[in-house]
Amino acid sequence: MTDTTRQGARGGQHHGGESCSRPSGQRWRIVPPRGPETGRATLHRLRTGLALFAGRLATNTSKRLGLGSGGIIGGRVALALQPELLGELVSDKRVVVITGTNGKTTTTHMVAETLRAAGEAVSNATGANMLDGHVAALMTRPRADFAALEVDELHLAQLTERFQPAVLLLLNLSRDQLDRVGEIRSVEASIRQALAKAPRSRVIANADDPNIVSAAFDHPDVVWVSGGCRWKHDALNCPRCGAFLEEVDGEWKCVCGLRRPRPDWTVDDTGLIAPDGSHEELSLPLPGQINRVNATFALAASTALDVAPRAALERVRAVQEANGRYEHTVLAGRTVRLLLAKNPASWLEMLDLVADNTRPLVLVVNSREADGHDVSWLWDIDFERLAGRTVLVTGERALDLAVRLRYAEVPCEVTSDVQQALHSASITGSDQPAEVIANYTAFRDLFAKRQRQ
Amino acid sequence: MTEAPLTDESTVRIALVVPDLLGTYGDRGNALVLAQRLRWRGYRAEIVTVLSSAESLPESCDIYLLGGGEDVAQQAAVSFLRRGNGLRRAVDSGTAVLGVCGGLQVLGTRFTTGDGKHHAGLGLVDIETRPGADRAIGELGTRSELPGIGVLTGFENHLGRSEVGDDARPLGRVLHGTGNGADGVEGGVTGRVVCTYLHGPVLARNPALADTVLSWAVGAPLDGLPDFPELERLRAERTRVRG
Repeated sequence: MTDTTRQGARGGQHHGGESCSRPSGQRWRIVPPRGPETGRATLHRLRTGLALFAGRLATNTSKRLGLGSGGIIGGRVALALQPELLGELVSDKRVVVITGTNGKTTTTHMVAETLRAAGEAVSNATGANMLDGHVAALMTRPRADFAALEVDELHLAQLTERFQPAVLLLLNLSRDQLDRVGEIRSVEASIRQALAKAPRSRVIANADDPNIVSAAFDHPDVVWVSGGCRWKHDALNCPRCGAFLEEVDGEWKCVCGLRRPRPDWTVDDTGLIAPDGSHEELSLPLPGQINRVNATFALAASTALDVAPRAALERVRAVQEANGRYEHTVLAGRTVRLLLAKNPASWLEMLDLVADNTRPLVLVVNSREADGHDVSWLWDIDFERLAGRTVLVTGERALDLAVRLRYAEVPCEVTSDVQQALHSASITGSDQPAEVIANYTAFRDLFAKRQRQ
Repeated sequence: MTEAPLTDESTVRIALVVPDLLGTYGDRGNALVLAQRLRWRGYRAEIVTVLSSAESLPESCDIYLLGGGEDVAQQAAVSFLRRGNGLRRAVDSGTAVLGVCGGLQVLGTRFTTGDGKHHAGLGLVDIETRPGADRAIGELGTRSELPGIGVLTGFENHLGRSEVGDDARPLGRVLHGTGNGADGVEGGVTGRVVCTYLHGPVLARNPALADTVLSWAVGAPLDGLPDFPELERLRAERTRVRG
């Protein structure tokens, strides 16, 4: 079918768009038919609109029924109606994607804060870190300038199949939930494949973690961050060839050529050294070297997106907690600090944090789907260093933990839940805050409980 | 090894064999359990960690422990352990060896990796492993065929399916879970070489097996240790769990 119309802006805009330029003086033009392309585009737009509407409806309904924040269900509904929604929602945004075994949520929080120095930023702040969670988060602020998205290590490839983020942060890789996630080699290979699909992204990666370096080594645009690496047991051997690495405590290298890259950003005891050689003091409300490293990743990300460094630094210094992590709060009438530890590397970091005080300790371990059903990793942790502390254990796997502590000769009391632990006679005499270290679902439940209070 | 029972003054040396290659599932825990159960009885115990960067495996240890690892790591472990052949000599002289998961496959005669390639194992136990259709993951319970051990409990996570040959016998019969994935049995034993898919770690959950291995190393039956209630309760809880 062919149609003609009189010269006019309306017709041109409607059907032809910019591609139909007319010689001057021509009083008429041929308007292309409303062919299958245009029809499909309209359908696509309608479908996107419908998906957003249905997704928001699902979110609101879920919230109203008290089924949670509604984040994931809204994203799932919207994605089911429009599988290409993620790519569309990020098309006009500069996106920072954060992945790694530990520190994703905290770093995502920091990245979002630094970006807010330059514009509106949206993020999947609740840790729903697969595609439906990303869509759900992006739907809440469709007009934001930036997005900071935490992504599960094994879902990065799904994400880079759909779009190339402006910046991609690779924090660290260590053993975690082996019955669900699998072994580190396969995770590293999956991240490497994901990066191959995002050659235009700026990658910011950990120079001290051989597994991360192996994943990022072949990418054309990598900025390297160094802040040390406490947990070494998953990186004594080369991720690529299996040979024993030389000098694992510093300038590590392998006979096959894989080696520690020269870092662009370094964070040590004195502070932060930026790529231009400038030095900044870096004291944060969040404790530990690990959070100084996380903050450095956030600053490197915001620098890549031209956020003013001074403003970004101020923002990152203002972060007090991230989704309950490191937060001082009141549980069962007692002041506690909530710490998340879900694998040997993060337990090592958290035990470092509590080593400099004598507060009562409550340790909580569950083994649900999201935690992994296998808790053998409890034996990779040096609980021997808790000797002399008052320790209470609870959670679904309290007995595994109690046996581990018995062999470490750390006396402990098994309690039915955290409430009972915090009221135990062994700690009611102390007026110090208690340290509560919990693994993933245990932490999540405690955080929800304290929010309801 | 020495035939005479060790005195309290002697040190029992427990080798943690290439944990950088085979040590994925809290396998170090087996060494901690053995050392502590010796100390509680008044023996001196030392954990000797042998990384794959070592020249070769020291032959002076009383117990050798091998844990789990990935395909590539297993092959690297085999080539390390072939060097000097110390493990073979230790086994020939009656030293106790425990291999868990990947350790089972390494100690066996042959294993086929996920890519379909065949690899010779160390051949210290007559057991051969091929990849299964899917990973066996979950709680595993067996009744041991070794005297005085009873029910064994642990967690399994492996792709391999293993067949026990004529020169070995199974460690146990499967009560629930997959185990070797053939003939309803789990693990394999030849002399004082014990192989199993159970981790948790296996000796933390099963003190009777730990004490059997220790009595082999010490060369005499061991005094009983007072049970601690958390361990009793843990065993009861875990043997109830399915899946």
